[in-house]
Amino acid sequence: MYLLRLALASLNNRRFTALLTVFAIALSVCLLLAVERVRNETRASFASTISGTDLVVGARSGSVNLLLYSVFRIGNATNNIRWDSYQRFAEHPRVAWAIPISLGDSHRGYRVMGTNTAYFEHYRYGRKQPLQLAEGRAFESDPFEVVLGAEVASALGYKLDDSIVLAHGVARVSLVQHDDKPFRVVGVLQRTGTPVDRTLHISLAGMEALHVDWQNGMPARGAGRVDAEQARALDLQPQQITAVLLGLNSKIATFTLQREINQYRGEPLLAILPGVALQELWSLMGTAEKALFVVSLFVVLTGLIGMLTAILTSLNERRREMAILRSVGARPWHIAALLIIEAFGLALAGTLLGLALLYIGIAIAQSPLQSLYGLYLPLAWPSAYEWGLLGAILLAALLMGSVPAWRAYRQSLADGLSIRL
Amino acid sequence: MSAPILAIDNLGFAWPRQAELLDIPTFRLERGESLFLKGPSGSGKTTLLGLIGGVQKAGRGSIRLLDRDLGSLSAGARDRFRVDHTGYIFQQFNLLPFLSVRENVGLPCHFSPLRAERARKRHGSTDAAAASLLEHLGLPPELFERRADALSIGQQQRVAAARALIGQPELVIADEPTSALDADSREVFLQLLFSECRAAGASLLFVSHDQSLAPLFDRSLSLAELNRATRAVEC
Repeated sequence: MYLLRLALASLNNRRFTALLTVFAIALSVCLLLAVERVRNETRASFASTISGTDLVVGARSGSVNLLLYSVFRIGNATNNIRWDSYQRFAEHPRVAWAIPISLGDSHRGYRVMGTNTAYFEHYRYGRKQPLQLAEGRAFESDPFEVVLGAEVASALGYKLDDSIVLAHGVARVSLVQHDDKPFRVVGVLQRTGTPVDRTLHISLAGMEALHVDWQNGMPARGAGRVDAEQARALDLQPQQITAVLLGLNSKIATFTLQREINQYRGEPLLAILPGVALQELWSLMGTAEKALFVVSLFVVLTGLIGMLTAILTSLNERRREMAILRSVGARPWHIAALLIIEAFGLALAGTLLGLALLYIGIAIAQSPLQSLYGLYLPLAWPSAYEWGLLGAILLAALLMGSVPAWRAYRQSLADGLSIRL
Repeated sequence: MSAPILAIDNLGFAWPRQAELLDIPTFRLERGESLFLKGPSGSGKTTLLGLIGGVQKAGRGSIRLLDRDLGSLSAGARDRFRVDHTGYIFQQFNLLPFLSVRENVGLPCHFSPLRAERARKRHGSTDAAAASLLEHLGLPPELFERRADALSIGQQQRVAAARALIGQPELVIADEPTSALDADSREVFLQLLFSECRAAGASLLFVSHDQSLAPLFDRSLSLAELNRATRAVEC
């Protein structure tokens, strides 16, 4: 169509402003889609952090707090659970399996978790996927063995048989090191995209051995010290743990057991359904996420208004162009159509460039994002929702284009064939 | 004698809320005739051309182009009628700077199927028609694919003339096309314009304030004498 040719030639004549406009739209589209993808992937990876676990049990506090420290390794437990409480519910007839969790130590900013082999057997994430070892084996009878999460191994460059010194407490810079009892790396887990990747797993016995000679939160001095060899000979049965993950024989029993745990007379306990607590937690974070989305929508709007401004300012200096076109037979609606085509063309080019930027960005940032934030952005074709967003942007551009189109229409009717210089 | 190309009878026109600007009892332009219309600025010249082009509608009276009363046509039909039968040349800056010379000449053919058809019939294609006109107007072929704004003013006016003539419209309206040219190129341009109009059988309505050009035309008129409205103001 000849109008298209004219519109493109005219745009080409103003290519510097046109390119800037296209670039502004492209950046805003890219931002919108990137925010949208990160949002979706965070939500998805968040929801898939833990699965298959029916109840999470900890000392009585808030459900979000319990979820945060037991599953996300964020924050600390206010209190511990006694070992006999754990045993009581682990052996409950309705319970299929129980994973004890003991927290409190760290290694260079990564949390250390004491547990038993039930963890490797029963823990599930995502779509009920089990944990798998990338290399080595799970820890066994020796208390000073450690299994690393994928990110810990890759970020700190540990291999099998390396020796690791754990630190007391969870601060990134720890003053007290368990340097008398080094651990040996016996296994590395495959990447899961969950907090498991950022965890060092040791046995409960190992956790106990670290603190066997501690008194009042301080390591013993002089004769009171117990070295690793001596520790191995001791009875390393823990007296308390931080939390328990429970899997039930039948889901129907979940609420009954939850009530039973919450009303347990032995000590104050709290049992939560991880799915429900995840929902609660997400509804807290969801506001920030929605705000981000709204902000990026406004950025797109700004980009489009920039385009509108550019076209409107060009109108005056293009009166001559319009009058010439009128004199060679263009009707006022031709002039209006030219401007609509121009607006749509700019928005289309901007959208396509924005998509290209997004994919280039994802291709470049994919692996750093995964290793730094555990966030996996797929290099996938836009979803139906994203197509919808892009369509809405183009529609908005068409609507905005009708403003200068209407002005030019009126202008060309008024100016007629006379050329205003 | 055949009907005139352009016949104006008892024409009156006023812009909204202003005194009557044009009051022309009668005006004729014959087929193949070249007419010099002297019109100083402010004499209603631009308005008259707008009326003949069908951009504005006459307040009273009639303008008949090729025996069609423009007042009886809708705005869209007037636009179509104008481009089918009239070619325009303006004072300067006639061309779209971002198109090539050849494309500028071909512009009317994209909006008038009739003129495109005539150009094809005579030259085979609109491109060939454009090339032939440009050559007749003395433009070297190596300029045809250049951007229009790469040409000198004189060359640009020739391109504008070629564009006005492509597809053989019955009427060519020139609004001060030579005012930006020096005296020598003015004469050359006019001679070329005359001969091309003659070749195409087109009538030429030439509006200018430069009385020295008048003897070159078949006939010359003064808009000030023609228009009773301005005389009334002057008296």
